[in-house]
Amino acid sequence: MSPSLSMGAYGFYVWSAVAVFFIVLLIDTLAPLARRRRNLRALRARIARQENRRRPGTPPQNESDA
Amino acid sequence: MANWVPLWLHRLGSPPVFYRFAGAVQPWALGLALALGMVALYGGLFVAPADYQQGDAYRIIFIHVPSAWMSLFVYAAMSVAAFMALVWRIKIAEVVAMESAPIGAAFTFITLVTGSLWGKPMWGTWWTWDARLTSELVLLFIYLGVIGLHHSFEDRRQGARAASFLVLVGAVNVPIVHFSVNWWNTLHQGSTVRLLGPSHIEASMLWPLLTMMAATKLYYIASLFARVRAELVAAEGGKAWVRELLGLPGRGTP
Repeated sequence: MSPSLSMGAYGFYVWSAVAVFFIVLLIDTLAPLARRRRNLRALRARIARQENRRRPGTPPQNESDA
Repeated sequence: MANWVPLWLHRLGSPPVFYRFAGAVQPWALGLALALGMVALYGGLFVAPADYQQGDAYRIIFIHVPSAWMSLFVYAAMSVAAFMALVWRIKIAEVVAMESAPIGAAFTFITLVTGSLWGKPMWGTWWTWDARLTSELVLLFIYLGVIGLHHSFEDRRQGARAASFLVLVGAVNVPIVHFSVNWWNTLHQGSTVRLLGPSHIEASMLWPLLTMMAATKLYYIASLFARVRAELVAAEGGKAWVRELLGLPGRGTP
């Protein structure tokens, strides 16, 4: 029996295992990248709010995603 | 800390240094993990011969076994970090311990699902309450418990310390998972690859397995570093180094 894409009678099981492996690790790779961007954006907004409070009279900036 | 620890390791305890170091290493670790993983899968799925008993179904081993090794390896690494966090109160150790938990949970989940996909055609059942399967499921629950406990505190560091304690308590399960196939009569087969003594596997099947092991180790480094960076940005939000990161004047907020 030579190895092939059909995996004998076990194609469903083998390729499902491969798919689970890639899908779970893909989510695991993308989640922290998105979280870092989100954290940086939240931080930028927070610092902008503090700056505005410190200097009253200046128009508020970057308040949208507060 | 003890003075045999090299200076660069001390420096890595500083959040900004670790952040930059992790940022430099992460893409290389991820790229190398992907390349090695592809080579390993090619070798395992297409080059290695079929098993004389299990046919092509055994090829799940190239995903299942490295993931199972990682489920225990990540727990061991997390325990070391948790111990350092509790004893020396090193902030980076707390973050490393807590950010390891989701990666370990992911590998444990993959292990359980791929094991199930292997068990159905070979054993005739998706699941059985066998010692190895049950202890691996308990491992997943411990990982989820650590994540849950960490997030149930208002204060990050307090949550990290409480969860680190749970990590050390839960570590008793690691040897149980590993030795379960020797201690009890299990449906699950015994170890194929052994550190001591000859492995029960042919070289054409062994090299993809070991290559995948290296790939998953590198993947852990990549995922951990990305997670630590994401967390440090939030945890160190008020610090001057994060402000500089944002391109703002480096002045700490009160």
